[in-house]
Amino acid sequence: MQTFDLGKEGLRALNSSLHALKGQTNMTAWEVINPKGAHAIAAGVDAPVDITVRGSTGYYCAGMNKQATIRIKGSAGPGVAENMMSGTVIIDGNASQYAGATGRGGLLVIKGNASSRCGVSMKGIDIVVHGSIGHMSAFMAQSGNLVVLGDAGDALGDSLYEARLFVRGSVKSLGADCIEKEMRPEHLALLADLLKRGEADGKAKPEEFKRYGSARKLYNFNIDNASSY
Amino acid sequence: MTDLPRTPPRFSATFTPAVNAEIRRAAASGIYDIRGGGTKRHLPHFDDLLFLGASISRYPLEGYREKCATDVWLGTRFAKKPIHLDIPITIAGMSFGALSGPAKEALGRGATEAGTSTTTGDGGMTEEERGHSKTLVYQYLPSRYGMNPDDLRRADAIEVVVGQGAKPGGGGMLLGQKISDRVAMMRNLPKGIDQRSACRHPDWTGPDDLEIKIMELREITDWEKPIYVKVGGARPYYDTALAVKAGADVVVLDGMQGGTAATQDVFIEHVGMPILACIPQAVKALQDLGMHRKVQLIVSGGIRSGADVAKAMALGADAVAIGTAALIALGDNDPKWEEEYQKLGTTADAYDDWHEGRDPAGITTQDPELFKRFDPVLGGRRLKNYLKVMTLEAQTIARACGKNHLHNLEPEDLCSLTIEAAAMAGVPLAGTNWIPGRNGGF
Repeated sequence: MQTFDLGKEGLRALNSSLHALKGQTNMTAWEVINPKGAHAIAAGVDAPVDITVRGSTGYYCAGMNKQATIRIKGSAGPGVAENMMSGTVIIDGNASQYAGATGRGGLLVIKGNASSRCGVSMKGIDIVVHGSIGHMSAFMAQSGNLVVLGDAGDALGDSLYEARLFVRGSVKSLGADCIEKEMRPEHLALLADLLKRGEADGKAKPEEFKRYGSARKLYNFNIDNASSY
Repeated sequence: MTDLPRTPPRFSATFTPAVNAEIRRAAASGIYDIRGGGTKRHLPHFDDLLFLGASISRYPLEGYREKCATDVWLGTRFAKKPIHLDIPITIAGMSFGALSGPAKEALGRGATEAGTSTTTGDGGMTEEERGHSKTLVYQYLPSRYGMNPDDLRRADAIEVVVGQGAKPGGGGMLLGQKISDRVAMMRNLPKGIDQRSACRHPDWTGPDDLEIKIMELREITDWEKPIYVKVGGARPYYDTALAVKAGADVVVLDGMQGGTAATQDVFIEHVGMPILACIPQAVKALQDLGMHRKVQLIVSGGIRSGADVAKAMALGADAVAIGTAALIALGDNDPKWEEEYQKLGTTADAYDDWHEGRDPAGITTQDPELFKRFDPVLGGRRLKNYLKVMTLEAQTIARACGKNHLHNLEPEDLCSLTIEAAAMAGVPLAGTNWIPGRNGGF
């Protein structure tokens, strides 16, 4: 395992080393120590490697990740795994605002709670939150799946497009154009798979969740809906 | 009956026929007017400035004989690979979706032949544009449609869009009729629905966050790419200062004459400031920070000619960007399509329903039958010609002012025709040394 002391060697050296990996190496296991809340740790990685960050991270850890599996043994600051393309990011602690924002693929697992705007504008990413999520989560979410074992805050799924939202606990309020939808067998199967991949299959069962999605009433502008905006 | 003269019909200056027509349209339709382009109202503009030319106190350079250079460096502050352009006239961001693929190709062809850059837009990077544009600026927008690290790395620069002149503080809307299969796929959304572009970025708020976001983008691209920050002309002094503080290499400042693919007419006409008023404030911010020419300033919004280019640069800009003018050069609003403009209820040079996707010129459309009318090779040639003419015009003026580089133009080369322009541009009223507001507030 490659151990990288961020406190001594610095962020630029870390990301430069990680960007140099092109999937043509046997150096697939990396450990980052002393992260101390630094921003943009392991941002822009594009290789099938395992990176373990031992501690908490600042903004945009694992930003735009492709292929890599990144484990944060602490909590993550705002925008963790933003615009992720593929791969997996697993956070042992909590995640701050905008977790998984605009993510286009891959899997984001948050074992604690996520703050506001979790999954904002998500475009294909799967997000599994073991705890609860804050207000305005999945705002303008376009596609992908958001699974929440706990509760959701205000205005869940506001101005939602085609993303699927599954919440086991309570939802404080639904955002504009977001409604509860029927849970069909294919959704139960999807949830079972997401819970398993999200390391939550021992914590919850698919039947315990409710599904939320877009009513599709705001898809084309209509003045009679103006009060919904 | 009497033969006494009657008072002739008198139209209200407040309730003009155009105002009344809009009231009737709103009452009948129940929806505000959406259109493309920039403001159409009369504003203080570059036409209100004149160059003084050389005289006894300074001598001119010989046209066609003595060199007047036009090149510009962009992104020299932090980027490992700054951009070097032959001319200081760049092509502003315009989205695939708003424009057809062939139109984007033509922009790339024309700009490359003229030695300048093009800019993507709110729809991601297309092969048409990347393939034909030697220098391509990749916009990083609130919607993040099509955003991915591979395109970030194959861009030549990154432009973080905070706002634009046509609608500072506003997002965007690409109406369903322009959402073809390809546009829908690039934006991860169903075909045929209205695609809203958020007015704020989804994962940062404010200048401190922006600094961290810029750092992340630099890390992802290994500090190679120049990073621009684009703002709409609203509070240019503070926005410029904050963009510099956040780590921008280049500030792009867009006045309210700058166009948009589609937004509310009320937004276009009533929000923002004319570019003439914006440039001096942005330059002052850079000068106050000791960053003028270190962080480059690109200005846009109503640039039409080499005279406008020269005036913007004399006020302190490093380069300009054109959008609407580039579309017109390609063939937008050409009178040769007048019959079809009439069928759409408009006329050449006034057509602005770009959002409807029925552009007779085949430029602002996703209808394959319409964009077949547009030849990207010919369009590219027309754009190149136009850019060359603008450059020659700007050089002509610069030489007349005794300058051997466009960047040597200065406010002292200018005078203002109106009190308003004098106050906004910080250039004395012609025949006086009076700049309204100086020594009496900014």
